[in-house]
Amino acid sequence: MTAEPLPGAAAGMPQRRRRGGGGRSGERLMVPPATFASYYGRPIVKAAPWELDIPAYLFLGGLAAGSSLLAAGADLTNRPELRRVARLGALAGGAAGTAALIHDLGKPMRFLNMMRTVKPTSPMSMGTWVLAAYGPLASLAAAAEVAAMLPRPVPIAGRLLALGARPAGVLAAALAPALASYTGVLLADTATPAWHAAWRELPLIFAGSAAASAGGLAMLGTGVAQAAPARRLAVGGAVLALTMEARMGRSMGLSAETLRTGKAKRLMDASRALTIGGALGTILFGSRIRGAARVSGAALLAGSVCTRFAIFEAGQQSALDPRYTVVPQRQRLEERAAAVADRP
Amino acid sequence: MRSRWSSSSDPAADTGWTDAPARKGFFTDSSICIGCKACEVACKEWNGIPEDGLQMLGMSYDNTGGLGASTWRHVAFIEQPRRATGAPGLTPLPMFAATSGQNSPAAAAETGIRWLMSSDVCKHCTQAACLDVCPTGSLTRTEFGTVVVQDDICNGCGYCIPACPFGVIDRRQGPPGARNVGIAQKCTLCYDRLSDGLTPACAQACPTQSIQFGDLDELRVRAQRRVEDLHAVGVADARLYGADPNDGIGGAGAFFLLLDEPEVYGLPPDPVVTTSDLPAMWRTAAIAGATLLAGAAAAFVRARP
Repeated sequence: MTAEPLPGAAAGMPQRRRRGGGGRSGERLMVPPATFASYYGRPIVKAAPWELDIPAYLFLGGLAAGSSLLAAGADLTNRPELRRVARLGALAGGAAGTAALIHDLGKPMRFLNMMRTVKPTSPMSMGTWVLAAYGPLASLAAAAEVAAMLPRPVPIAGRLLALGARPAGVLAAALAPALASYTGVLLADTATPAWHAAWRELPLIFAGSAAASAGGLAMLGTGVAQAAPARRLAVGGAVLALTMEARMGRSMGLSAETLRTGKAKRLMDASRALTIGGALGTILFGSRIRGAARVSGAALLAGSVCTRFAIFEAGQQSALDPRYTVVPQRQRLEERAAAVADRP
Repeated sequence: MRSRWSSSSDPAADTGWTDAPARKGFFTDSSICIGCKACEVACKEWNGIPEDGLQMLGMSYDNTGGLGASTWRHVAFIEQPRRATGAPGLTPLPMFAATSGQNSPAAAAETGIRWLMSSDVCKHCTQAACLDVCPTGSLTRTEFGTVVVQDDICNGCGYCIPACPFGVIDRRQGPPGARNVGIAQKCTLCYDRLSDGLTPACAQACPTQSIQFGDLDELRVRAQRRVEDLHAVGVADARLYGADPNDGIGGAGAFFLLLDEPEVYGLPPDPVVTTSDLPAMWRTAAIAGATLLAGAAAAFVRARP
């Protein structure tokens, strides 16, 4: 841990916030103090050791979940083209996402240790179980599509797959909402300032982003005739994600800064532009022009990727700067002291 | 897995231990720490912790920097500019006042600097976020009420690292070939020594008894008395950190006496276990999931095939 040079070390002396003195209990702090104390600018909480595997999984898992919902709906309403694209998307997202999760472990060979216990206090434990149940079901549904695409019918297995595909697909869709939204809790249930501060919005943003990306993928791969539900899901998801992102910016407090600076800002701006553009393109041209539908779908997919990476990056930055840990906690203490002082 | 959302002063019993011994802990009294780092060395020696960097950090007399996977005790060393005369906290400690050492009033007046030293360690929280979020069950509560990583179970998922409100635990990165590379590591309160009735290595090595080990109840009483004594002789800034069972982590198993605000030492001023908000987070996720399901269903309603 001592290997890297320290970003705040040049500051020299530990910075001092103003001394509260005797008057502290009476005053209420409405704006964060300009200065604060820290130990030579060093971080207090540690940033997650996660590589880009994790934001990639956030996207891929969401894509899989949204695709399974579309696939089940397409299956039940007789839209075979949409069903095929969505089932294959669910398989690809689920498989690639799982691979990313295992790759990110410090000891990948021990990934099965995740199945030692079921812990509601651990969003990662709950998510593992959801994914473990979802994966085989989504794979079975997708396998049936692959079997049907083969030049010659597979004798017995193909028949069994065709029979099992619908129940498996519907069950996968039943798990999909949990798969799409638990990742918001996964990030929020940490001491990382920007993630924890966004706990009210993250699950909703991720659910919306999952819907937008799955709708986008289906628009990319399906003709306009069968893609009407995908367009609706995509636009609905985009609206949900954008609305909740705006609310998040207001409710997070100080750590919202991390979404408005540096790489996270660039990613967030890109995410907003791509999602708005994709949704508008979907509404205006999605039902008429195949090429425009494809471009819009790709924009929505890219927008979802940017959303996940932006939020991931903002959290990492908020952990590196002790300001985001110290200042809100100081404020909390002073508000509590003021409340005690106000009591008659 | 039993819920850990309820507050309790006996975490071992909560976890299911029967006939558990009294909860053990550390009281680190920074007012008598001399910054010798014997605790860091003893900890590394006893626990077989690999070397993790020999750099000059260019800040004070601390080249360790902070706690990590291969640093389970860390001595913070703060060089602080003198505050205005009469400000609380600058009062030289009485045990040094009689001598003419670095901390004597004369020395402080001469240099305009005071030194603060404190040996940081895992807090062994009553409500431990690392333990709550660990998906493998590798992090466990021992019969002594401490929190320990089981090296043979941890798969290095890294979730405990951002969960810890103090930034204590970390994943060991190297050096290549060292023990437990890739998995989460932190202070065990010398679980092996405790099991044999010994004092943890750091407390054993501390030459000034700044690090005191014992039954937590007793340490809290002792610490309270120490603060009162310091206040009585004019050290107004002396305060306990982590000793209150009603704080955001249910009280720390390893707590401190500090001479300035916690953040000056690199400690969070008001740590809260993140899982205290988890029930509300799950409710939000349920709403998000229901919204997604309803939205997907609505997308197919009245859309012509």
